[in-house]
Amino acid sequence: MTLTSFFERANVRVESLIVLAGLVVLMSLLSPVFLSFSNFFNIMLATTTVGILAIGATFVISAAGIDLSLGSILGLSSVVGAALVLYVGLPWPFLILGCLGAGMLAGAANGLTVAVARVPAFIVTLGMMGIARGLALIISSGQGIYGLPPEILFLGQARPFGIPTPVYILVITAAVSHYILAHTRFGHHTLALGDNEHAARATGINVRQLRIKLYTLSGFMAGLAGLIFTARVNTGDPTAGLSYELAAITAAIIGGTNLFGGRGSILGTMIGALVMGILQNGLTLMNMQSYYQQMAIGTVLVAAVWLDQIRSRGRVL
Amino acid sequence: MSLLELLDIEKAFGAVQVLQGVTLNVAAGEVVGLVGDNGAGKSTLMKAITGVYPVDKGAVRFNGQDVTELSPGARRALGIEMIYQDLALAPQQDVANNIFLGREPTKRLWGLIPGMVDKARIDAEAQKMVDRLGVKIPSIHIPVGMLSGGQQQTIAIARALTFQPKLVIMDEPTAALAVKEVGSVLNLIAQMASEGIGVILISHRLNDIFQACSRIVVLRRGLVIADLDRQKTDMAEVVSYIVGAHT
Repeated sequence: MTLTSFFERANVRVESLIVLAGLVVLMSLLSPVFLSFSNFFNIMLATTTVGILAIGATFVISAAGIDLSLGSILGLSSVVGAALVLYVGLPWPFLILGCLGAGMLAGAANGLTVAVARVPAFIVTLGMMGIARGLALIISSGQGIYGLPPEILFLGQARPFGIPTPVYILVITAAVSHYILAHTRFGHHTLALGDNEHAARATGINVRQLRIKLYTLSGFMAGLAGLIFTARVNTGDPTAGLSYELAAITAAIIGGTNLFGGRGSILGTMIGALVMGILQNGLTLMNMQSYYQQMAIGTVLVAAVWLDQIRSRGRVL
Repeated sequence: MSLLELLDIEKAFGAVQVLQGVTLNVAAGEVVGLVGDNGAGKSTLMKAITGVYPVDKGAVRFNGQDVTELSPGARRALGIEMIYQDLALAPQQDVANNIFLGREPTKRLWGLIPGMVDKARIDAEAQKMVDRLGVKIPSIHIPVGMLSGGQQQTIAIARALTFQPKLVIMDEPTAALAVKEVGSVLNLIAQMASEGIGVILISHRLNDIFQACSRIVVLRRGLVIADLDRQKTDMAEVVSYIVGAHT
């Protein structure tokens, strides 16, 4: 089996690897420290938050849905987790439960509204983008919630065996997610739903239940990303994750997830997330303002979808 | 004993009474052609059999069991398969996965973690099915969307036959096919009947109906107005029933 066919079987777009390699070459030419060992972990760290959000985006987009509320749910879960511990006074495990629980609840609300009330996912998650962000700002009165217990800081700032904890969390989450999407009935049904909803219904797949689960899973990923973000910056931050959904969806699309559903790969999404991380890291190394990152990511998203359109015009699909 | 018995089925959508008391029997190994003009109630009747639409009145009995209250999934498990006109295939998934869609067998990963789709078994059994039906496709690993219309039709049939159905309902299986492909689908229907499967064939092509069916049932305005033996009827009579010239 050639390398190309391996990546095609894994549903990874070969272009994404070329983009990744090109970006690495470009950045190492532009910045002498880019290829240093310590910067490698900076890139990995920059990749974790967006990478975990992008996993959520991959599941939802593979099923022909969309989740625009990922970044806002990240911010909400960050605030909920920190508030439970620092405002309410609960012990530190409640920060973890609070982050994950808030994410799942918001995701389940998305899922129920899409699947039961049958409001288009674009509108539901656009609405949730505003609702979750607003709620985060209300709970925190617009202020950061500082001073987390050391157990939580371990999750964000420790480096067991020299590797940052968030990187472990990303790798484990990606491995489990890959198993779910590529090898379980849930994953098969997700791709089938995105491919042809009527086929999914006709073969007895409970489409309504599946949608609720998918958006809840996406919300869980946003909550997990919120937990890591909170632990890294030692703050429950109501503005955390602002417009991160842009980078997350871009990472998924670069990685070969079909914007219209039916195809998606966690391995591909991880490559896409690395592209996002390198872009962010490289622009920082070149002392570019972070505003340029938004422009760069936006451009990459449109270019990736455009390339996919050109490719699929040549296919029977 | 009949395989499928429909007793006085009624179904209304709002003020529109689509089925007004349909009674119909299908025996095992029998191919019944269901014809009728657009709006006669054919699709609604099929969905009443598969359970997609609950009926307002009447009973659906299958293999001697009352299935009127059962869900589509439960009826499918009992052996009622439907092949839709649009085939209900997932175009980007491969042939094997399409054949097993919704019924994927699972195993344990490393003997420990449950819920892993047994792709090797899916591929092996899908290949067997494809070979048995004599379908000519390049590989069971290519996406279904890359196959021709006739090939896709046979994949949809393969999916229906993989789990030993007792009754197969086919909605316009030949409507989108080339002449040569129509022949192979009609052969498959004959093969199914010879294996004891009951078949309900819905088609606008009376040629196909006369070639494949032993009985022809005409539906008009939600009622069975004719139940004809193919040997004792002809196309003119069937057409006159469809358009309502017979009363």
